Amino acid sequence: MTSARRRSYGVKGAPYAHPSPTTTLKRARSAPYFFLLPATVLFALFFALPIGYAVWLSLHKVQVNGLGLGSGARREVWAGFENYADALTDSELLDGALRVLGYGAIVVPVMLGLALVFALMLDSDKVKLAPFTRLAIFLPYAIPGVVAALLWGFLYLPDVSPFYFVLEKLGLPQPDLLDGGGLYAALSNIAVWGGTGFNMIVIYTSLQAIPTEVYEAAKLDGATPLQIALRIKIPMVAPSLVLTFFFSIIATLQVFSEPTTLKPLTNSVSTTWSPLMKVYRDAFGEGDIYSAAAGAVIIAVATLVLSFGFLRAANSRNKRDDSQGAVR
Amino acid sequence: MSSLAVRKTAPAASTTPGTAQGPPLGRRIALVPTLTLLLGAIYCLLPVAWVLIAATKSGSELFSTFTFFPGTGFADNVSDLNAYRDGVYWKWMGNSALYAGVGALLSTAVSAVSGYALAIYRFKGRETIFSVLMAGVLMPPVILAIPQYLLMAKADLADTYWSVLLPLVLSPYGVYLSRIYAAAAVPGDVVEAGRMDGASEWRIFTRIALPMMVPGLVTVFLFQFVAVWNNFLLPYIMLSDDEKFPITLGLFTLLEQGSNTPALYTLVITGALLAVIPLIALFLVIQRFWSLDLLSGAVKS
Repeated sequence: MTSARRRSYGVKGAPYAHPSPTTTLKRARSAPYFFLLPATVLFALFFALPIGYAVWLSLHKVQVNGLGLGSGARREVWAGFENYADALTDSELLDGALRVLGYGAIVVPVMLGLALVFALMLDSDKVKLAPFTRLAIFLPYAIPGVVAALLWGFLYLPDVSPFYFVLEKLGLPQPDLLDGGGLYAALSNIAVWGGTGFNMIVIYTSLQAIPTEVYEAAKLDGATPLQIALRIKIPMVAPSLVLTFFFSIIATLQVFSEPTTLKPLTNSVSTTWSPLMKVYRDAFGEGDIYSAAAGAVIIAVATLVLSFGFLRAANSRNKRDDSQGAVR
Repeated sequence: MSSLAVRKTAPAASTTPGTAQGPPLGRRIALVPTLTLLLGAIYCLLPVAWVLIAATKSGSELFSTFTFFPGTGFADNVSDLNAYRDGVYWKWMGNSALYAGVGALLSTAVSAVSGYALAIYRFKGRETIFSVLMAGVLMPPVILAIPQYLLMAKADLADTYWSVLLPLVLSPYGVYLSRIYAAAAVPGDVVEAGRMDGASEWRIFTRIALPMMVPGLVTVFLFQFVAVWNNFLLPYIMLSDDEKFPITLGLFTLLEQGSNTPALYTLVITGALLAVIPLIALFLVIQRFWSLDLLSGAVKS
């Protein structure tokens, strides 16, 4: 449309010192590519190249000739899907995957449930201290996962923890939060603590975007806030729930820094507690970058399959009323 | 905390207008949301309050006195931390500031030009480029970090500042947000008018569009700053020289050593407190420039 308008100027012949419209048009046509140059170069160097290299590595292995000494004694040879077959039958990786799925089954519903509840509460009428509580709940987002795990780790240590102190005074049993099933609760709590605020903000924002007229009528009809929340607000923020779910699954499957940080405080976090930790150990602990690359590719594919599978399921369900589409 | 509460309640009146009818029943119901939110706030502030108090305790007090009872060793703890390996702690803090500051600045610049181009121009391959960049969001850091390390090692850049800085400059989420802001904040007519006046495309971007995008770009900057400051995996993989560690990695190594020598616990705790202070301060100071709502990509038109 714009180009058509400008072309008509060209036909008339611009009487003043404007540059020729065709040259502007040409410049406008190449400009976006210049603007996108830095991003494209960076993408090629730091995303595409490493991904390609990881896939290449995962299909290779090292062949050692003789004692493996001297140049040429260690050669990279084609391995086909050998590394993948090994990884998929490796009990350490599978155990790690099961642990992380169990962990995710706690973290994602609890975190998003809390985020939704807090967002709805913030959005309700006459709530007091809303800006303060909103900031307080969002605050953990600013705290690095390592530091969060460190702080909670100390709060889990019976010798320094206020919880154990209170439980002891009340004569209640003291669970071991750094071992067995308690460890899941302990790790999940760190993730919930760190992630609820961010998700709350995302959901709260889309709640704020709903025009009040939408539920004004329901309010006049005497609907309770709970009914309004369940029947109107939650369905209307479904797209942002899908978005937060999507990001939460991705983050959960890649959990690394929290269990790694808790490791020095307990003996029950192994070096292969999560699949990502095992990949790290393979690459840097054992120096087997080929297996590590295969493990990394498997985690990536599993993440994509799980998150896209979820996204498709959610989209087909929400298709009818998803007009704004937070997820594109 | 109380000063924060006071400062934040002032704008509350304007953002949450009560309904005109306001029956006493409504007042009673608002108690539930308020209490729920207060509980949430307490839960979120609890570890911060704990570290604040624990940092005041000397090594012996840490294990002997009640958790929320302040100790007497804060000054000693800080000076111990200063003295620890000739003040390497402050080196870590400086490194984090460098990684996060420079990284976020570069990242915001790249996001701004890319987002602007994707929002304003109609050109061949626009959606393809956008989709490919967005696919970067989904790439698990691990599939990137290990080959990134190996490639960095080949380029002789592993264990340098560059190895932590460069891979984080392109932020797909930053590009996504910038595209949304540019589309909402920069009217096509204004760009068109600039062209009519004979301004170059670059000049239109820097002189006209960029100032309009500033509020959104502040959010992109802060988002990226927090992301880099909190990053652990990349420096953990890239760096071996602890003089180049960011604070997250530094504290982690301190904790690892501390598990053998509990005397280091107080150092770890004091270090953790001092490490969260800058980010909390950053949050509070720039709140008014930073619209939390923009973080989720929502732009009111």
